[in-house]
Amino acid sequence: MSWTALLDIAGALSLLLGALLAFIGAVGLVRLPDLFARMHSATKPQTLGLLLILLGLALTVRTWGAVATLLIVIGAQGLTAPVAAHMLGRAGYRSGTTEDDLLHIDELGEAYRRMQR
Amino acid sequence: MSIILGLAMGLLLGAAGLALTRVALGPTNLDRALCLDVIIVIITGILATQIVRTEDASSLPILVVFSLTGFVGSVSVARFMGRKEDPE
Repeated sequence: MSWTALLDIAGALSLLLGALLAFIGAVGLVRLPDLFARMHSATKPQTLGLLLILLGLALTVRTWGAVATLLIVIGAQGLTAPVAAHMLGRAGYRSGTTEDDLLHIDELGEAYRRMQR
Repeated sequence: MSIILGLAMGLLLGAAGLALTRVALGPTNLDRALCLDVIIVIITGILATQIVRTEDASSLPILVVFSLTGFVGSVSVARFMGRKEDPE
């Protein structure tokens, strides 16, 4: 078996693993009860899944230009996904639409109520 | 090889369908914004799988555009929702 065929198969398997993670994350989106749990299921499998998919793409395409482009995509995703998750969590907590009895520890509530007074 | 890629494509399409279900159900707009964020990531994955399947790398720049602008929607929705409830 030649190296190119081996790299092709490794790329396809990595792509499949990434797609599987994205699917598991989407199942979590439908099944989990409130916004914070859904954010948990949305951000982590999506980020790692996208990383694996792009790794599979890089292993299959194998040119430096494509690898540089994919590094930009990974960098942008790593920078923007936490920002979006943070903003959504903050807005969700402040608008009070999340169910408080599902939280085990509420570290923000004390400071937030003190600030409002 | 093509079986693996077809399976990956099927999983990604299923994930997009499930996320769309949550967009339709979602009790608040924040849930919908979160799921649209996820759908953009899934579309990026579908484009990447399609590049591997057709061996035509000409749509790589679209991936950059998606990853750079995908979070703008959910951030603006979050700002809007947060601002409305602020006691000012």
